[in-house]
Amino acid sequence: MTLLQMLIDAASVGGLYALTAIGIGLIFGVIGLVNFAYGEYIMVGAYVLLLSASLYWPFAIAAVLVFVVLFALASDYLVFRQVRRAPPETLMIVSFGLSFMIQHIWVVMFGSLTKTVNFLPAINRSVEIAGLRIAGVSLLQIAATVVLTTVLALFIKYTRIGYQMRAVSENPRMARLVGVNSNRVIAVAFAISAVLAVTVTVLFVAQTGSMTPFFGVSLTMIGFVATVIGGMGSLPGCALGGFLVGAVTTILQMVLPPHLQPFREAFVFTSVILMLLVRPQGLIAVRSAWERV
Amino acid sequence: MPDQQNPLRDMAAWLWPWAVWAVLLLVLTLIFSQISPAMARITTDTLIKLVIVTGLYIFVGNSGILSFGHGAFLIVAAYASAWVTIPVAMKGVILPGLPEMLRGIQISPLGGLVAGVVLAAVLGLLAGIPLMRLSGIAASIATFAFFIVISVIYNNWTDWTKGTASLVGLPTWVGPWAALAAALTALLIAWAFQNSRAGLLLRASREDLVAAHGAGIRVMRLRLLAFVLSAAVAGAGGVLLGHNNGALTTANNVYLNLSFIVIAMLVVGGIRSMSGVVVGTLVLSVLAEIFRRFETGVDIGGVMLQIPGGTREVLLGLCMLLALILRPDGLSRGREMRVPGILRGTRPGAKTKKEEALP
Repeated sequence: MTLLQMLIDAASVGGLYALTAIGIGLIFGVIGLVNFAYGEYIMVGAYVLLLSASLYWPFAIAAVLVFVVLFALASDYLVFRQVRRAPPETLMIVSFGLSFMIQHIWVVMFGSLTKTVNFLPAINRSVEIAGLRIAGVSLLQIAATVVLTTVLALFIKYTRIGYQMRAVSENPRMARLVGVNSNRVIAVAFAISAVLAVTVTVLFVAQTGSMTPFFGVSLTMIGFVATVIGGMGSLPGCALGGFLVGAVTTILQMVLPPHLQPFREAFVFTSVILMLLVRPQGLIAVRSAWERV
Repeated sequence: MPDQQNPLRDMAAWLWPWAVWAVLLLVLTLIFSQISPAMARITTDTLIKLVIVTGLYIFVGNSGILSFGHGAFLIVAAYASAWVTIPVAMKGVILPGLPEMLRGIQISPLGGLVAGVVLAAVLGLLAGIPLMRLSGIAASIATFAFFIVISVIYNNWTDWTKGTASLVGLPTWVGPWAALAAALTALLIAWAFQNSRAGLLLRASREDLVAAHGAGIRVMRLRLLAFVLSAAVAGAGGVLLGHNNGALTTANNVYLNLSFIVIAMLVVGGIRSMSGVVVGTLVLSVLAEIFRRFETGVDIGGVMLQIPGGTREVLLGLCMLLALILRPDGLSRGREMRVPGILRGTRPGAKTKKEEALP
């Protein structure tokens, strides 16, 4: 039975990573931006939750949703739109700078110490299914991942704006020529990635109950790992990568001897370098996303 | 009558852009290190950052690949120097986990510097061999992953590094003059490399990778050479950093934040020229110092002006974003100091070429 338990653990951790990876991968797919500031969307959401935790929970989540979506749109409008034509490396530094700046704005406002909040403690209760004890939050993580990924896939495949998104991603110039309002499409992509970030925030905060202005960094990094392994710009790839990283982390947790446990992350990041060397396009390749040299 | 051969003058012309900055830095160091001990410390700090930025520039400026991984070389070199220079008596107490061989020795500060630089260069070679096969954004992500790996290892390898606790006892031999000597050497290495055959070929590959491959340039090797050299110089900066503070720690993302500041300096100054390195480092250091003063409170015309703690980083981030948006080529716009006509000589070939090149 421990195997099944482990699978569920891996799937729930992996689900959280997959959502982060899809949020990063979506933006990369559409405008070629490696968004370091993505973790900051997750982080600022947690602080909104801290302030609104006393409200009835749907209102608290709504507050986070509104704030983070506006925040993501503002970051696109004020910063990324200004450097739209810059090469991907420049975009990467811009997002790196933005992420650093947001973290320190939050340090100024909330201090750098850990804050705790007791949000929706009910979902941390374990439920018993067929003899297995599973934390409610794990089930929610798996469910949220499945639902959101499916909805997003359908959205991109069947709606008008999803269609335009694929056009902008394939060839931004051509898309503009045939009348696609690329700025609007990009804004929608940012909004969607913000919604994914909010989901991660809510699940993460409900599970751990703590936050610092820097906690987004480690999630962003894991998101990167997952996007690189899965294939940058490919959404199914990102989801797959997220689940894989979750599985690898869970397995390492079980098989590594205790004195090597702290080095877990080092193993995960070495796998990124190896992946980039062996199969730089990722498990599920998207042709348009990489330079062709 | 133009003289055809004058090696001395050619040498002077070649050195000129470096020499101008060298003299300027010398004068600035002379002035600021005399004002007050606090100012001397800031001067030292700025010059050490200059060494690190120069190290980063040797790779990034010439190859055009952004590296987020140079923080790793700072860590590795700084700890290597700490292992061999902390006094034996203290080492037994502070780092009982260190192997007997390292615990029993104590070598001179210069030896520590060499140890740090060599280890950084070796790591640069080992990491560079796989990393340099990548290009563009994949390379940047891989260097970042490399940084995380090294940083996680040093963070948790408590027997050797004390992890997030402070490793103390490093001899503090670094002052403004040692830092100045290091900075000038680093800049000279960068200048010599970018004007060498290898440097120029690498710069050609930066402009057009496909054409460079087509022309038979062995891009991977040249990148590796630049990466190793760059790791060594950055490593020297890391060693200086440790021996300036007298303590090392991996807590609170210090090296990640330092990497950010260093990248910001390079980007604000302009990634493509040595002048950009100096300009960016000086400008951001001065701004950081001004912001720091405001954090402690400044009296302007009887009004006490104070900004909350942490605002300095916010403003530095803002400066970097503004620079990237308003002046994407950096303050230097990728240009170097002009060599004056006297030194450029009147060799007919050289002159006509220059005029042709102008629009």
